[in-house]
Amino acid sequence: MNLVLPLLVVLPIFGAGLSMALWRSVPLQQIVGVAVLAASVALSVAMTVHVAAHGAVAVHIGGWAAPVGITLVADLFASLLLTVSLVTVLGVFVYAVGQPRADKGAYYFHALYLVLTAGVSGAFLTGDLFNLFVAFEIMLSASYVLITLGGRAEQVRAGMTYIVINLLASTLLVTTIGLIYAATGSVNMADVAVRFADVPDGMQMALGALLLVTFGIKAAIFPLFFWLPDSYPTAPVAVTAVFAGLLTKIGVYAIIRTQTLLFPDGGGATIVLVAAALTMVFGVLGAMAQDDMKRILSFHIISQIGYMLFGLGLYTVSGIAAAIFFVIHQIPVKTAMFLVNGLVETVTGTAALHSLGGLLRRSPFIAAMFLAGALSLAGIPPLSGFFGKIALIEAGFAREAWVVTGISIAVSVLTLFSMTKIWSAVFWGEPAEEPPLASARGTGPLRAPALMNVATMALVAVTVAVAIFAQPLWELSVRASEQLLDAGPSYIDVVLSR
Amino acid sequence: MSAALILLVGVLYAGGTYLLLQRTLTRMILGLVFYGHGINVLLLLSGGRAGKPPIVDGLPGALADPLPQAMALTAIVITFGISAFLLAVAYRSWTITGDDVAEDDVEDRRIARSVSDVYHGEIDKLSRLESLEELRDTDDAVRATVAPPTDGGTP
Repeated sequence: MNLVLPLLVVLPIFGAGLSMALWRSVPLQQIVGVAVLAASVALSVAMTVHVAAHGAVAVHIGGWAAPVGITLVADLFASLLLTVSLVTVLGVFVYAVGQPRADKGAYYFHALYLVLTAGVSGAFLTGDLFNLFVAFEIMLSASYVLITLGGRAEQVRAGMTYIVINLLASTLLVTTIGLIYAATGSVNMADVAVRFADVPDGMQMALGALLLVTFGIKAAIFPLFFWLPDSYPTAPVAVTAVFAGLLTKIGVYAIIRTQTLLFPDGGGATIVLVAAALTMVFGVLGAMAQDDMKRILSFHIISQIGYMLFGLGLYTVSGIAAAIFFVIHQIPVKTAMFLVNGLVETVTGTAALHSLGGLLRRSPFIAAMFLAGALSLAGIPPLSGFFGKIALIEAGFAREAWVVTGISIAVSVLTLFSMTKIWSAVFWGEPAEEPPLASARGTGPLRAPALMNVATMALVAVTVAVAIFAQPLWELSVRASEQLLDAGPSYIDVVLSR
Repeated sequence: MSAALILLVGVLYAGGTYLLLQRTLTRMILGLVFYGHGINVLLLLSGGRAGKPPIVDGLPGALADPLPQAMALTAIVITFGISAFLLAVAYRSWTITGDDVAEDDVEDRRIARSVSDVYHGEIDKLSRLESLEELRDTDDAVRATVAPPTDGGTP
């Protein structure tokens, strides 16, 4: 295991370097990318199996023990999410390979994509607050370039919003880290958690609130979500899909990690619950006003973030376990929905609901993929969203959080409403306006490139697999949640090797 | 001495916030650069009082904390790289729009306008009402305009 953890970060960076050296040959870059990502998936699966069997692993880079050295930690929570993320990243990469050449834009896509992957792995595995910031920056720097890749006017406009708001969040994060270092004398998360008890109460609250706001901007929780539906829809499809699936969830990961480590008795739980309820409601209401598939789905990202926070806000083992399971369900399903949107855009040239219609007859495959994803998102049994939501609702009732649980059920119904809105506009009826692509006019069948179809199907298959293996995944989530809460010190023990 | 530095951090953050709230892209970038400098001073401050010697072999007693300096150095590198990229994006925005102003989200504006159009239409009709009978008819008409048509599109 001493090799696996650093490799998960180093391998994608190495692949990115290789891709840049091979910039003249796109096929070679694609081979490098697929190889690196497949290897990362294999490594993360091996890591998860090891962690599930033997408990959390900590690796001290260069042999300097924590808190002096740089630590990489894999507990069950991190390794589960990392594995799902990397599978999704691989799926989207294959999808991008299958895209028609014109969509891919620049030659640097592959290298940037791998840098992004390295940042994702780093953020999940680091045991150190400052390195969490560095991993975020690696990931975000790559995402800044990816979101403006192509340099169209709307991309530059939306990209600017995205970059400035994320830089502001990063500024807040470093400020918080500076203050935490001043207050505790450490940036190692486990060490900070140990020393945090000695910090005065007011200071604890201020630091906890700063962390919540910082990661809240990155996770797009209420009232810090406004940048997301503005910026995500303008990026190229593959980029939007991977952002939608991953970036906000890493914010959620960071919130859960820091809040459970620093406040094991649930200090900020009420604030988190209120934010969760408002995030759910505003996300879903925002979605109802939209007339663009990508924008509807973007607002749903926000609404679903609310569910994850809801689980955390309950601050019970089953609540956090439900939140973890919900993240595991969301990452592939959200990405798959954006990939379906990409398929629709590829065959018709638009995602605007008023110029789409009748795709059920013309492309039953896309319709089937959308249906599976949408029903899962809305929480219809027997798909994965159902298990996530039922676990959350049960945990909510067990904690007697009636209001938030009620809101989550109502929001679920509204989610279904949005999905039926897309369904009836895109797949039923006739388009009100002609679609922009000449090849999409008429009533003939529409087909996207095969590889894109395969990649979308693979991700939908992953969400179905989450539903089929719901029981073992739920048990793993419960164990991960126990490690975070009850046996919280075990994470600390592993890192500080005591 | 430390108080002056704390004040400097405050001034840099305040200036950064003020500049970031402007609508001119170059001023926003300058604001973020202010933040970057503020962070560096803050990180240095978090290492305790200045004036202690660096780590030298065999020197007893209190030493300067090297970690804040390492963190500040990392932060400087990141701020530098991102600022350069931001300037490039701002330049690109200028070449496309010929303007240096952060623009609104087009889709947001469209939805806001269509909602306010319906609202104003409703107000107009209400002011022209004469009988209760008419009110009911107008209500139905307004409901038909407000309800989103199933095939998309806006009134």
